[in-house]
Amino acid sequence: MPDATGLELIAQELRERDAESVLDTVYFREKAALTVTAGSIRETLEWLRTKGFNFLASVHGVDYYPEEPRLGVHYELLDMTEVDRLTVKVRVPLEAPNVPSVTEAWPTANHQEREVFDMFGVIFDGHPDLRRILMPEDYEGFPQRRDFPMGGEAILFTHNEPTNPGWWKK
Amino acid sequence: MSDVTQRPGQTSAHPGLSYRELEESSYDAGYLEHPEHDELLTLNFGPHHPATHGVLRLITTLEGEVIRDIKPVIGYVHTGIEKNCEDKAYWKVIPLVERMDYLSYYFNAMAYCGAVETLLDIDVPPRAQYLRVAHLELNRIASHLLWLATGGLDLGAMSVFFYGWRDRDNILDLFEMSSGQRMHPRYFQVGGVAEDIPSGWVKKVKKFTAEFPARLDQYADLIDNNQLLLSRLRGTNIVDKETLLQLGVTGPLLRAAGNPWDLRKAHPYSSYDHFDFKIPIGTVGDNYDRYRIRMAEMRESLKIIDQALDGLPEGDYITNDRKYALPPRHELATSMEALIHHFKLVTEGFRVPPGEAYYPIESPRGELACFVRSDGSSKPARVHMRDPSFVNLQSLKVMTEGEYVADMIIALAMLDPILGGIDR
Repeated sequence: MPDATGLELIAQELRERDAESVLDTVYFREKAALTVTAGSIRETLEWLRTKGFNFLASVHGVDYYPEEPRLGVHYELLDMTEVDRLTVKVRVPLEAPNVPSVTEAWPTANHQEREVFDMFGVIFDGHPDLRRILMPEDYEGFPQRRDFPMGGEAILFTHNEPTNPGWWKK
Repeated sequence: MSDVTQRPGQTSAHPGLSYRELEESSYDAGYLEHPEHDELLTLNFGPHHPATHGVLRLITTLEGEVIRDIKPVIGYVHTGIEKNCEDKAYWKVIPLVERMDYLSYYFNAMAYCGAVETLLDIDVPPRAQYLRVAHLELNRIASHLLWLATGGLDLGAMSVFFYGWRDRDNILDLFEMSSGQRMHPRYFQVGGVAEDIPSGWVKKVKKFTAEFPARLDQYADLIDNNQLLLSRLRGTNIVDKETLLQLGVTGPLLRAAGNPWDLRKAHPYSSYDHFDFKIPIGTVGDNYDRYRIRMAEMRESLKIIDQALDGLPEGDYITNDRKYALPPRHELATSMEALIHHFKLVTEGFRVPPGEAYYPIESPRGELACFVRSDGSSKPARVHMRDPSFVNLQSLKVMTEGEYVADMIIALAMLDPILGGIDR
């Protein structure tokens, strides 16, 4: 794992390339995490790839409610030769949940970005096939958001719904 | 043929065309060019099809028998487990995450408990770590046996199908004895395991590990001596390791292509560095290598189980920190403090300091990682499983494009996706 110093060195080099890109560095429980701006995510990952982090292990979403900006996308990078892990985070507000897609450079992100879009409503610009992946195609809302209620789902595939609307509520 | 007249100079008693003339004027119906043969056929495969190993739907585009495009459609068993986890106390999440990848439940629990232990920064006693390893490796064998059984079913090797289930049942008996349940036992707890193993369990596991290699030899013979199966496995659906790494594929699929990445060796957790075992790797990266890798992994798992039980340390099976682990039952009658801890734990649960943790382990299908975010309360703010099946499924397209549709069934079987883990 890059230690706290190593993380700061990476952040410093990133800042030299683009002064605005790195927003925050966190070193917690022997794990380094880097927060960058949404616009610079492609360049950041590409630069980290040249530093050895050439395996994208996971892309997942987080809802930071009630903190702002609410939505977060995490990219778990792995360096297989040095056995290093590094988290790169992006935070976007609910009003403009746009993050550039990294699917072209990292094909593994394809399904995972679709899942983040499905669950959190983060829009990945440039994704080749941004559709819902786990929820039904006509589903409304983004269920993993913290303010999305649990339960109260209408039951699909029912034949008597036209004659008795809302029968499951009674 | 009555109008055929005798030709000048023909002396044969049989009127009509000669054989050569017949051949020249005929055509081969087998080579007839139909305009339909150039068209692509879209074939919907699943979701209710036994060869999909669950409810996976594949929209395949075929040109004749050759696959030109394949699109997996998933989500049929999405049950919102990750959402439900956010409404449960930390220790009540364990039974939920176990039900994601329903064949490797100990691994799900291990990844989750590991993530929470990282957030809490607590140590797991050595005995608990060894017990975890023994259960994890037994679970790996059970999972691989079910892969062998269903893979054999897809290949038409029915004997392997029955034998695989039989031996998996023996392992489930061992789980029932140690943890009370055959599947989803909630045996791993934050800080250790729920109970010490009962007396006699080690003996029974030893009996299993002693007789299982001979069984594995039998199953290998059933497949390796069958020319039909070999010709379907060898040289089919080859993918090189660079493509697999691009697609994020880990586990036996990656090792079959020749990359020895295994988290148990590369980044040992739960005392895996104490054990002596090898990482089998393939050379070609075809279906046969994927089959051989998993067979070899079962033998390595047996070694680890034996070592873990031989070297099982004495001591606690769960952390002594009463803030996170339930006090022993007998203390409740005598100690007021134990009673308070017990009450706090079963009502509110323990609180976890704010932070985020990503805990990867090597599951039977690859890197299984649990991401847990805590906001300081007694319920996780986010639980996400990086399930290897979900990521590995993306490689089905590169595996099957340009190959026959019959090989797709084998590729899917050797991919070993678990739809419960994919859809969560």
